[in-house]
Amino acid sequence: MADPIVTVIDAGVRMRSAAGRELWAFRELLYFLVWRDLKVRYKQTVLGAAWALIQPFATMVVFSLFFGRLAGIPSDGVPYPVFSYAALVPWTYFSTALAGGASSLTGSQHLISKVYFPRLLVPMAAIITPLVDAVIALGLLVVLMVWFGVPAGWPLLWLPGFAILAVLAATAAGLWLAALNVKYRDVRYVMPFLLQFWMFATPVAYPTSIVPEAWRGVYGLNPMVTVIEGFRWSLIGTPAPSVEMVVASSVSVVLLLAGGVWYFRRMESSFADVI
Amino acid sequence: MSAAAVTVQGLGKQYTLGAAAPEGHLRERLAGSVLGLARRLGGRGVPRAVAPTIWALRDVSFEVASGEVVGIIGGNGAGKSTLLKILSRITSPTEGRAEIRGRVGSLLEVGTGFHPELTGRENVFLNGAILGMGRAEIHRKFDAIVDFAEVERFIDTPVKYYSSGMYVRLAFAVAAHLEPEILIVDEVLAVGDAKFQKKCLGKIGEVAQGGRTVLFVSHNMAAVQRLCTTAALLEKGRLVFRGEPRAAVARYLSDEGRVRYIAASAKTEPYVAEAELVDAQGGPLPRPVITEPIGLRATIHLPDAAPGTRFGIGVLMADGIPLFTSSLDDVGLTLPAGPGTITVTAVVPAHTLLAGDYHVVTCLWHAREIVDLQEPAFSFSAATGDSALYRIDAERKGAVHVNCRWEIA
Repeated sequence: MADPIVTVIDAGVRMRSAAGRELWAFRELLYFLVWRDLKVRYKQTVLGAAWALIQPFATMVVFSLFFGRLAGIPSDGVPYPVFSYAALVPWTYFSTALAGGASSLTGSQHLISKVYFPRLLVPMAAIITPLVDAVIALGLLVVLMVWFGVPAGWPLLWLPGFAILAVLAATAAGLWLAALNVKYRDVRYVMPFLLQFWMFATPVAYPTSIVPEAWRGVYGLNPMVTVIEGFRWSLIGTPAPSVEMVVASSVSVVLLLAGGVWYFRRMESSFADVI
Repeated sequence: MSAAAVTVQGLGKQYTLGAAAPEGHLRERLAGSVLGLARRLGGRGVPRAVAPTIWALRDVSFEVASGEVVGIIGGNGAGKSTLLKILSRITSPTEGRAEIRGRVGSLLEVGTGFHPELTGRENVFLNGAILGMGRAEIHRKFDAIVDFAEVERFIDTPVKYYSSGMYVRLAFAVAAHLEPEILIVDEVLAVGDAKFQKKCLGKIGEVAQGGRTVLFVSHNMAAVQRLCTTAALLEKGRLVFRGEPRAAVARYLSDEGRVRYIAASAKTEPYVAEAELVDAQGGPLPRPVITEPIGLRATIHLPDAAPGTRFGIGVLMADGIPLFTSSLDDVGLTLPAGPGTITVTAVVPAHTLLAGDYHVVTCLWHAREIVDLQEPAFSFSAATGDSALYRIDAERKGAVHVNCRWEIA
C-alpha cells in the first residue's frame, strides 16, 4: 500500500515546497475557475462577448478624437487610431485583470470560509480570464492594421514575451491588492484612482518619445511601459523599447511579484477569519 | 509510528472579538501607528486599547483511529465548527498541532461554490473540482451523482431555476461521491426534506462501513448514536468527554436539559432563571422517553410586582419548525403578581411526541410586549420507550403521535 498523504496543521506558515506541489495538485481547479468565469461573464447581456471589442474600440475612438485630432499628440508616425488601439488591447487586459484580481478574494468569501484549497488560485483565475478578451480584441487590431495599411514585421515573434510580462505585472499588483482587500476594504475605493493614475503613467494615449530622456529609466519602473512599447513595436513597428527600460520593468515586476507572493502567503491563513 | 488517522495535540484557536473593527480600516491602522509612535516617544500617555479575545477552542487533544466514525457533539459555541474548520485547513490554529493521514474531504456546507447561472451539469464539475476531485474522476462518477440526486431531467437547466430541494440534493450528491479516506462533515443534513435527510445519513453510514474515517458534527443525537462508533463532547471550547456515543449523548443531554441563566442583578423585568425537564414526580429527567409524560419546568423570577404577566412555552422540532405552543392562558391560569420566584411546569402527555430532537422556547409577556424570550431555553432528545403496547418507532411518518380512537363496524 502506498504511503498515505500526511497533512500537518499547526500555527505556522506552510513550507514553500509544499505550497508549490499543492498548487500543482489543484491545477484542475484553476482550469474550472477560469472556465466558470468565462461561462458566467457575459450571461444575461445582449451583446455578450462583443463587449471584449467594444471597450477598447470605444476608448480608441474617444482617444483618437481628443488626443489624436484635437490635442495633436504625436503617434510615432503610425495612424493615431492604430497607435492607441495597439496600446489599449494590453491596457484593457491589465486594468480588467487588476480590478478582477483585487476583488477576487472578497468576491469568493463563501468559498474561502467553507472549503480549503490554495487561495492563490482565486486571484490567478481572475488574472487569466481576461486574456480571452484580449485575444478577441487583438483580432480587431489586425482589421485596423489592414484598414490603415500598417504592416507587421519580424518583431511580432516577441509579442508573447510582452504578453507574459503583462500577465506577471497584473499578478504582482493583483496579489498585493487582493490580500490587502481582505482586511482593508479601502482597496475598493482606491482602485478607480489607481487605474486612472496608472494609465496616465503608461504610454497608452501618447508615445514614450515625449517623455524627457532623463526620466525614461524611472518611467520604465512601471512595467506596463515596457509592455505597451513592446506591443507597439512588435505589432505596428514603432521604435523598440530601450534595453534600460526593459531591464527596469523586468526587475520591478520580479520584486513586486516576489513581495506579492510573500505578503499573500503570510496573510493567507487568516483570510477565513478576517474576510 | 501511530496508526491514527487524525492526531490532535493541544489545539487552540483564539479569536479577537470584533476582529475587523480595531484595525479594519487603513485610517484606524494609520491612526494606531501614530498613537503607537507617540507612546514610544513619550513613554506614556495614550493607553493601548486591548481588543477582547476569546478562545473558541482550547487545549483539545485526541486521536481518531483509522476507520473510526466520530460524532462531535456540543452546544452552540462549544467549538465544534472551529475544530472542523481547523481540521479542514480553512483556518489555522493559534496553538497546537494536528496531523491527518490520508486524503481529506470536508463538507462544511452543501453546495459551496455552486453558481446560480450555471447548469446542474456544469455545477457538478465546478463543485467537484472545488471539493478536490479531478476532471476524470468527476466524469467517471457523473452518472452516479445525477442518479443519487434524482435530477436527470433538469441537469442542463441553470440551478437558479431549481427548487431548494433539488439544489440541495445535487449539492449533497457531489459531496457524497468524493470518496476521501477521511470525511469531515458538518451539520449539512439540517437541510432538505426528511426523506432526503435519511438518504444522506444512509450515505454517510455507507461511507463509514466502507472502512473510512468520518468526523461528523451533528445535533441529531439519534444519528450520532446510530452511525458513530465513538463520540467527542465539546463544551466551551474544551473536550470534556471522549468515548462511547451513548455515554457522550447522555452526558450532553443531562447538561443541556438544565440551563441556568446568569441574569443581570439590575434586572427588574420578570425572567426565566432556569428551565429543565422533569418527570411525573417532579424529579430531574435526563433521558425522556415518549411513552412517559415529559414535564417542561421553568423557574420564573419576578424581581418586582408585575401583575398581568403571562407565560407560555413552545416546542420546536429539530429543524426549528414549531410543533406546538401552550400557555397558562390556555387553561385559565395566571402568574402571581410577585415579587418572588415561582416554578411552572407544562406536562406533555405520554404518547404525544415521536422519538427525536426538540427545542423548548419559553416566553414571558405583558399585554402585547415580550419581556423575556429564551429561544431555545434548552433542547432535548426524546427516545422511543420500551413499552410493547405502543410500538412507536422512529420511522413513523408525521410530526406527532395522536392517540386516535379506532372503530371497526
